[in-house]
Amino acid sequence: MSMLKTLEHSLSDRNEQGRHLFMNSQSSAERSNVSLVVNGERHQLELDNRTTLLDALREHLTLTGTKKGCDHGQCGACTVSVNGERINACLTLAVMHEGDDISTIEGVGGVEHLDPMQQAFVDHDAFQCGYCTPGQICSAKAVLDEIQAGLPSHVTKDLNAPIEISDAEIRERMSGNLCRCGAYANILKAINQVAEARS
Amino acid sequence: MKAFSYERVSDPAQAAARAAEVPGAKFIAGGTNLLDLMKHEIEIPQHLIDVGGTGLDDIAPTDEGGLRIGALVSNAALSADARVRKDYAVLSRALVSGASGQLRNKATTGGNLLQRTRCPYFYDTGMPCNKRSPGAGCAALGEGATTRQLGIIGTSDACIATHPSDMAVALRVLDAEVETVTPTGETRRLTLEEFYQLPGDTPEVENALEQGEMITAVVLPAPVEGRHVYYKVRDRASYAFALVSVALIQTPDGTGRVALGGVAPKPWRRDEADALLPQGASAVMERLLDGARPTQENAYKLTLAERTLAALLAQE
Repeated sequence: MSMLKTLEHSLSDRNEQGRHLFMNSQSSAERSNVSLVVNGERHQLELDNRTTLLDALREHLTLTGTKKGCDHGQCGACTVSVNGERINACLTLAVMHEGDDISTIEGVGGVEHLDPMQQAFVDHDAFQCGYCTPGQICSAKAVLDEIQAGLPSHVTKDLNAPIEISDAEIRERMSGNLCRCGAYANILKAINQVAEARS
Repeated sequence: MKAFSYERVSDPAQAAARAAEVPGAKFIAGGTNLLDLMKHEIEIPQHLIDVGGTGLDDIAPTDEGGLRIGALVSNAALSADARVRKDYAVLSRALVSGASGQLRNKATTGGNLLQRTRCPYFYDTGMPCNKRSPGAGCAALGEGATTRQLGIIGTSDACIATHPSDMAVALRVLDAEVETVTPTGETRRLTLEEFYQLPGDTPEVENALEQGEMITAVVLPAPVEGRHVYYKVRDRASYAFALVSVALIQTPDGTGRVALGGVAPKPWRRDEADALLPQGASAVMERLLDGARPTQENAYKLTLAERTLAALLAQE
């Protein structure tokens, strides 16, 4: 754990140096100020306009729980909640989120206070390498909220009736989160555990 | 990604005026397709105009008994709207069959229409593409190209890419119109047929919008009664583009409307084909896909489209 932390810090330092070198040759029109509320804390950032929300979280706020997988919206490792809705943090610019309320895996829970979804992933061995797990957990929590709010999915049979939680509904709604270790069966069990506890 | 300047605007007409006057400007709303393309440096805007604060995010009834959907309404919100689920089920079904939950939360109605018509060679900057560099040639039409996912009709010798939107196919079958504001502040209304352009010799031009013109809404006419179906055939069960999709509205007397996705550079529908619905899938597809120019690899789409429609008609 401590080695991992050290590695993350040294990577972050290198990126910071790179940014400063780059900033010197960059015009101010290509940078903007943005204020983000992340896990309840407000942060004022001055960023290259190109900075995605994902890079702002990881590189500028050192919230490295949110992972960069494909960086093109295909894998879901970067899933975070913005104003209560799950999105891919890699496919949105930080400057587009002035004043937005962002929740990352660090805001979901930590070692001392696991969220029920995190506990369920542990209980069911719902990961192997763990890289996709923060995105899976953020997405899974949103999936249960979306079903509860009655938002339809591709497998919802009746568009005008209350939606029942089923394996098919969970699988379909989790299709934007890939797991290369193939922990899908246990991820499904973990989500079902939380769904049952909630009901 | 190349550097760009950025501004937020609060008014659609102001956004359109700015987009017409600033060189290399593009609008950004959800950004799910644009940013993906910017990372590949396929799109290289010099200036982004963030239209997220223009307030076009509600769905309101029209005097004609239809709905006016603000351009910024998310795909998720539109699919879940009670009026859409009840009266325009084909649209709700099409929306939830597209993309992933995360993308549908961010992608907007206007942005969905404006996502690029594309193919894997458009994304592969090591290969020639007439859309990326007009006149460079088309890798998809080269020898040995992989074309099984690509277009079979409405294509040209310059481009055989398809428009991947599911939403647009449903909107086409519903006779929806696109409402825009021009840089001079005027409002225009275009049918989807008028909105989307076929590639011809200029595949880089995909729609009829002028420089700076911005989509403000999509207007649905009064609901069409009948059975609403959207059926998408794809390589995996979720989160994949259509190989073929069928939007169908079937009225109790057997008449109705059909549009296809996954086969053309735009949602594909012909009134003459609609009229043949009472005669069955074979008659409809013979007319709807008349003039198709499939490749050897994607000729299966002709059969797949017919069988998909036949299966849907047999359900009733």
